[in-house]
Order: sequence, then structure tokens, then C-alpha cells
Amino acid sequence: MGKLLVEDKTIVTPGEELAEGMDFLPAEGTFRDKDKIISSGLGLVNINGRVIKTIPVAGRYAPKKGDVIIAKVTNILMSGWILDIDSAYSAVLSVKEAKDFIRRDADLTKYYNIGDYIVTDVVMVTSQRLVDASMKGPGMRKLIGGRIIKVNTHKVPRIIGKKGSMVSMIKNATGCNILVGQNGLVWINGSPENEIIVVKTIKKIEQEAHIGGLTDRIKTFLEKETNKKINIEKVE
Amino acid sequence: MSYTKRNDGRKFDETRAIEAKAGVIKRADGSAYFKIGKTVAYAAVYGPREIHPKFLQNPKNGKLRCFYNMMPFSSIGERVRPGANRRAKEIAMVTEKALLPVVDISKSPNSVIDVFIELPQTDAGTRCAGICAASMALADAGISMNGMVAAVSIGRVDDKLVVDLDYSEESYEDGTVADIPIAVVSRTEEISLLQMDGELSRDDLKKAIEMAKKACSKIDKIQRDALKKKYEVKNG
Repeated sequence: MGKLLVEDKTIVTPGEELAEGMDFLPAEGTFRDKDKIISSGLGLVNINGRVIKTIPVAGRYAPKKGDVIIAKVTNILMSGWILDIDSAYSAVLSVKEAKDFIRRDADLTKYYNIGDYIVTDVVMVTSQRLVDASMKGPGMRKLIGGRIIKVNTHKVPRIIGKKGSMVSMIKNATGCNILVGQNGLVWINGSPENEIIVVKTIKKIEQEAHIGGLTDRIKTFLEKETNKKINIEKVE
Repeated sequence: MSYTKRNDGRKFDETRAIEAKAGVIKRADGSAYFKIGKTVAYAAVYGPREIHPKFLQNPKNGKLRCFYNMMPFSSIGERVRPGANRRAKEIAMVTEKALLPVVDISKSPNSVIDVFIELPQTDAGTRCAGICAASMALADAGISMNGMVAAVSIGRVDDKLVVDLDYSEESYEDGTVADIPIAVVSRTEEISLLQMDGELSRDDLKKAIEMAKKACSKIDKIQRDALKKKYEVKNG
């Protein structure tokens, strides 16, 4: 019979032994060495029945199929745009994948110019990490106005919250428009004072993401900052 | 005459006082501070990021690139010329090779992980302190690793084997001195760095390696505790 060597939801370092015995299965962020399961990175242990994985707490964004990200146009090609996705790799948005039909001889800067930020979808990542982006689908667009901040990509789920509860709470409290990309880029658009409150709130979430009772703390923080009472809609 | 008592009153198998901290450089993807006695090392990790010049990119593996630098005021006496000299380049190379067995570079093809080691204060054992700091910084940067590396120098001062020489022992004048920096991979106890300066018998070398393994397991614990401390839940 196998034996667990760590508790659920604790921080582990690379090379740390997590479990002994063949009845445990290594998942993401872990590997098996003989009969032991070892962590392969700094992260939080997640034990789900017999499956053990570690959720990374640090590191740069690794592009994944299906991610909705915020990207910056850095170069224009004959057949599309090169996007900076705040990762080790850049993405390509092909003319075919643009929002609407673009004629062959069209001036591509009319659609997305260098320096523009866009919300885009990662449609493919090859083994050599060539990334293809697409603007087809709802919500994909060019971002006009507002400000962009960078956060740790692994904290994005906490900023969004369960079914978007956290981000909609911030939206309701400040009246700002917020878009969170999986790559850790956040776009905020509203009045300057409110934008600053949002930036402060998001930085606070980023710092305290691993500590329990986050929603309540953020709620009181927002109430103090905006001098308004907030009602949280319960999410099942 | 023999070396009966160490200059600073330590036991023969005792390292100098160690202090370690993770996440000390804000703008880096991962960073660490490692102090052993009077030797201080800072390591900063950037990446995985795009590699320049482009011809260095390898579609099968990422690259680990290390830099070692002693600051101008770091040494006892004369100013050290900063930048890459012959010695710094060699140490950077051995550091790279000491860390490579644990870093999973296949996860980031066509990119580079840059490790910068800076030494603001030195008192012998800089490459070992640098490796210890770099290993922590890599883990802090969320890089996929199958273990961590700790390093210590073992020496023979006259007729005694000693752990972690300081400068006064390295320049001991009443007898001959041998200095052997050793890096040990945690868990597997593989040796990833073994250099020797001076003469040593075969038996003494075997003993030295055993001493290094013992000392490194202690350093390993300090490194891991420092990484975990960064994510410790603060009460209140």
C-alpha cells in the first residue's frame, strides 16, 4: 500500500518526494522515479484520489490551445501579424483568421497596427511552440483606450474567480471594463480614479492569492476604496 | 606543524553560517540570495525567453545560459575588473554544467533561460555560493526541474580535510592546501561539479566527496525552506 509523504495544498520544491508506492499516479508537475512520485517544480500539491499533481505558482506563460489572451502587435507580415504574447514565443495571426474578410492587396495596418493590443484566441501550438492565433469567435477584438497591466499568469484563475465572480465583483464596484488574458495581461478601461483602484485590487489579489478567504478580503478592500457597499451574488 | 584548530573556530565538518532568501529581485522571473559566511551571491533568472542571436536557437532543447560576475568592490584589497574575464567565463561554464542535470530544457525549445550570478562580497567559495543561489532562483522562476543542486567546497588544509574553506584557509601559508568545489544533486546524490585545485590522495578525495554529500544535504534543506518561506501564509 502506498503512502503519502506530503499534505494536500502545501508548497513543494523541485525534487521533493510526494508519495511512495505504485498505486499513486503522477500528473502535471510530477514524475515517477521507481516507486516514488517526485515534484518537478515549485508549486502547490493537489491530491485527487490517486492522482497527484503540482500547480505551479511561478513561471512565464506557456501558450496553450484554447486560451484567450491579450496580445500586442509587434510586426506585420505579408500574410498576417506577429503578436507579442508575453511568453518565450510569439504568435502569428494570419489574415485568414482576422475578424472579417481582407482582400489580398489591403493595407494590413488599417486593421491592426504595430503597438495595438488585441484580445485573441490561441488556436494551435506546435511541438516547436509555433503559436497560431485567431480573431474568429465572440469577444475577440482590438482594445481601444484603457490601460494594460501585467500579472503572474498562474494567478489569473484567482483574479477571475469561480465562474468569473471575482472579476465581476471588481467590475460592479468600480464600473470599469476589465478583460483578463490567460497570459497574465489585464486590460482595464474606466475613469482614471477607478482604474487605479482596479490596479491596486488586482495587485492585492496577485500577492495574496494563495491565502484563504480571498473573496471576503477583496470585498472589504473594495468597499474601503470605493466607499460603497457591495453585495456578492452567491455562485453555486 | 599541523592544522589543529580552524581559524574561525569552526568544527572541521561545519560550514559557515548560511542565510538564504528567494524572490529578492523584483523584475526578474526568479531570484535568490545566498550568503555563506562572508560570501554573498545573488542570482537572477530570466526566461524562458526568446534567444538572441537567433542562430543559437535549438528546436529540440532550450538553452541554459549562465553569467558569473564579481563586483568591483567585492574582493579583499584590489578592485576586481568587472565583466567576463577568463576566470569568470570558466566559472559560468561549470555553473551551467552543474545545473544542467536538474533543469528540464526540453520543455522550452528554441528559447533561453538566462541565469545571472552577481557577487557583491566574496570570501572564497564563490562558485559554490553562486550555484546554490542559481538553483534556488531557477526553482523560484517556476522552471521545470527534477531536483535541486547544492554546492560546497571541501579542502585539505595541511593534513586536515575541512568543509567550506574561507579565504584565510585557502591562502594558508604553513602547509599545502587543496580546494575541491563539489556540487551535489539532491535526492539522487549525483555529483554535477567536481574541480580540484592542489594535490589530494585518492582516499582523501573519497572522504571529501562523502563530506560534501553530508554538507550539501544540509544546504539543500536551507534552500528549500527559503523557497517555501516566500509562500508562507502570514497570519493576520
